Amino acid sequence: MSTEAHAAQGATGYIIHHLTSLSVGEGFWRLNLDTLFFSVVLGAIFVWFFKRAADKATSGVPGLVQNFAELLIEFVDGQVKDTFHGKSQLIAPLALTIFCWVFLFNFMDLFPVDILPGIAGLMGVEYLRVVPSTDLNATFAMSISVFCLIIFYSIKVKGPIGFAKELMFQPFGPWLTPFNLLLKLVEEIAKPISLALRLFGNLYAGELIFILIALLPWYIQPLLSFPWAIFHILIITLQAFIFMVLTIVYLSMAHEDH
Amino acid sequence: MSINATLIGQMITFALLVWFTMKYIWPPLFDSLEERKKKIADGLAAAEKGQEQIVLAEKKAIIVLKEAKDRSAEIVSLAQKRANEIVEESKENAKHEGERLILSAKAQIDQEIQQAKDGLRQEVTSLALAAAQQILGAEIDKAKHQDILNKVSNQLG
Repeated sequence: MSTEAHAAQGATGYIIHHLTSLSVGEGFWRLNLDTLFFSVVLGAIFVWFFKRAADKATSGVPGLVQNFAELLIEFVDGQVKDTFHGKSQLIAPLALTIFCWVFLFNFMDLFPVDILPGIAGLMGVEYLRVVPSTDLNATFAMSISVFCLIIFYSIKVKGPIGFAKELMFQPFGPWLTPFNLLLKLVEEIAKPISLALRLFGNLYAGELIFILIALLPWYIQPLLSFPWAIFHILIITLQAFIFMVLTIVYLSMAHEDH
Repeated sequence: MSINATLIGQMITFALLVWFTMKYIWPPLFDSLEERKKKIADGLAAAEKGQEQIVLAEKKAIIVLKEAKDRSAEIVSLAQKRANEIVEESKENAKHEGERLILSAKAQIDQEIQQAKDGLRQEVTSLALAAAQQILGAEIDKAKHQDILNKVSNQLG
């Protein structure tokens, strides 16, 4: 299981060990190396796979790789076209990136909880958290990026004055401007926070349950981890899908003039 | 657990991924999809056009066949007519030829009859002479009684 120092502390130590990041630096400048490493590797896998499909892309009979890539492209494009009615070069690729990246993040959750930390432990790495989406930094990085895009497009489409008007005069008209402003600010800020926390919460809880199952006697573990893993296949896809769809929805809201 | 500089690293990674997807991944794949859609649509349209052309061609074929039938019927009737004419002609020819053959045969027969008559006349003359010589002995001289002999032979002719 985990390193002996933590095994001595019992179940609590085991859980804490699993949920501690491998990090360097102090204070704000701490870097979670495991999160960075896995998200870059998973991003590279995503890019490599799609680049391969894109290089061989043909309008004739598609190969297996292209077929799968096109399946995802059509799926994402369908989602974007359903919600977003403007024209944008960014939104569809953004949605595809989010869906695939988040899915791959979450997919790391399906590796048995001790395998990768165990291997890392053998190589002398003490802590390893393999699921990037159980790190708030990873989920907030995406949601804050999306938030910046929301602000950017709101100002770009509506103009700075139009956007300010929307913040101040909606939904209750100019007589309640301070109240409107408060409401709107909360609404806008809730977007990235809810995006990030929803994904983080789901995956963190899921991972925690896997860890708890791993604490049980070995003959009970399969009975619990097997159904939970199958259920998790749904969860990880669903969470990636939700993150993508909400991004599309928020960005299309930013494009709409009320 | 807490927010730290990892966030910035993750944002940079995310931005790079989105940029790369936007620049190198989405356009070629999406274009190939659109192109395939167009190809399929074109193919379907072409198939439909082909079907229409088949119908047209069938109609045309029926017309051509009918024309050909009419024409062949015409040719057959012409040929029949011509054949009848030829038969009639040859009947006529045969009739003429037969008549001609009959006439020439009759002429030949007549000629042969004449020859036979001439021969017979000569022989009868000599027989009669011989008989008369027998009967009359030396009394009749050929030179003296030429007139009588000629009369006799003329009566026989």
